[in-house]
Amino acid sequence: MAQSNNSIKKILTVAFALCIVCSIIVSTAAVALRSKQQLNQELDRKSNILAVADLYEPGMDIEEAYSEQITPRVVNLETGEYSDDFDPQSYNSFQAAKDPAQSRTLSGEKDIAGLSRLEKHSTVYLVGNPDDPQQLILPIRGQGLWGLMRGYLSVQGDGNTINGITFYSHSETPGLGGEVDNPRWKAQWEGKEIFAEDDSVQPAIQLVKGGASSETEVDALSGASLTSKGVSNLLQFWLSPQGFGEYLAKFREDISRSEVQGMATASDDTEGA
Amino acid sequence: MSAPTPKGVLTTPIFKNNPIALQILGICSALAVTSSMSVSLVMAMAVIFVTALSNLFVSLLRHQIPSAIRIIVQMTIIASLVIVVDQILKAYAYEMSKQLSVFVGLIITNCIVMGRAEGFAMQNPPLLSFLDGIGNGLGYGFILMVVSFFRELLGSGSVFGITVFETVQNGGWYVPNGLLLLPPSAFFIIGLIIWVLRALNPEQIEENEFTMKANTQPKEAV
Repeated sequence: MAQSNNSIKKILTVAFALCIVCSIIVSTAAVALRSKQQLNQELDRKSNILAVADLYEPGMDIEEAYSEQITPRVVNLETGEYSDDFDPQSYNSFQAAKDPAQSRTLSGEKDIAGLSRLEKHSTVYLVGNPDDPQQLILPIRGQGLWGLMRGYLSVQGDGNTINGITFYSHSETPGLGGEVDNPRWKAQWEGKEIFAEDDSVQPAIQLVKGGASSETEVDALSGASLTSKGVSNLLQFWLSPQGFGEYLAKFREDISRSEVQGMATASDDTEGA
Repeated sequence: MSAPTPKGVLTTPIFKNNPIALQILGICSALAVTSSMSVSLVMAMAVIFVTALSNLFVSLLRHQIPSAIRIIVQMTIIASLVIVVDQILKAYAYEMSKQLSVFVGLIITNCIVMGRAEGFAMQNPPLLSFLDGIGNGLGYGFILMVVSFFRELLGSGSVFGITVFETVQNGGWYVPNGLLLLPPSAFFIIGLIIWVLRALNPEQIEENEFTMKANTQPKEAV
């Protein structure tokens, strides 16, 4: 029997039949579960965005809360203008960063976040009224000690004050650099300011050792110098004119203009009265 | 060894013939996934599922499998099962699958699965092989749960994610042991488990394969 099993014909038949059966099982599982998996990934992304905006509560209807309160917009990073060339619901900046037509290379000193390629357009998430948002949520990423850290930064409606930060994927050392997702460490980001002066475009926010002393400094993670350096660098990168700097500058300009206009109309009103 | 009985194949792998503690198989994933108990539990269930079903299918096909390509046939069956498990976890336990990341996929290379398919299922009837798969999966899971209990309790101060010791980072008193969060710490715990098991079952102690010669000079290497 063992002999007959080892004939060339038998070997080929068994191998072929097994491959067919296994590939049918595997592809059936993959196809049948794909929509559910994509839904999970979407939900995960949305719950991260809600979490950084302080809107997340366990057990809430994520889908509903997201569609009610958050408006995604695609931003051209070079000009800082909103772009309508892409559908913000489906635009994927990670894929764009890999596509030479939609990205550019970063090199040397400019690439402080260690990204090597940067997309030309990125998605921002506006919380509340899209014309006068309460918060801007910016996707950020950069190299930590062991690998790429990906997260979101939430900025308040003034385009300068930080509301919160979160990293949803990283591979830092548990207990040391891994504390980037510790809620207590994240809590100290609230109220910090990105820019030292109103009209500067270079971000001042950074992590410092031995206690933060100003509004643009945050306590570094103890025992994790390189992770802290990575977080500093990626913020410096994404908030500079290479990243969202132009967009934030435009945004702050618009606010101050509308404030001036608001004052002008207010004074008109008093004159009228 | 006497003929395997259904009860025997199900229970002996847990203490008497544990795949990790006696056969020293499947150590890699036991180091990697045991920093939290809930993750270890899911991993253990995934391995039980894969070993049981791969043993079943290999055993069903054992008279048809040409011996020249039997390892490839076993690998194909195991790999298909693992991909199915991975897909199911991604669809129904997304958080878990994110934490387990590549280690579900690496069940394919877990020596326990391959070892039982080649060492047991190729010679025994399907039902017995199926039970043997469950038994060995349980043996693997038992070690995983013990290791992760100590690692999670002493490394993060919690059990199944529920805080037992309030850690200093969260304003409590317990200074967590960072070493236990890192994979090498599982070596120490597995070593201690092996010690305990062999103290309880002295027949597990292996005889020395060779004896080292005594030093003839105080400093031989110099």
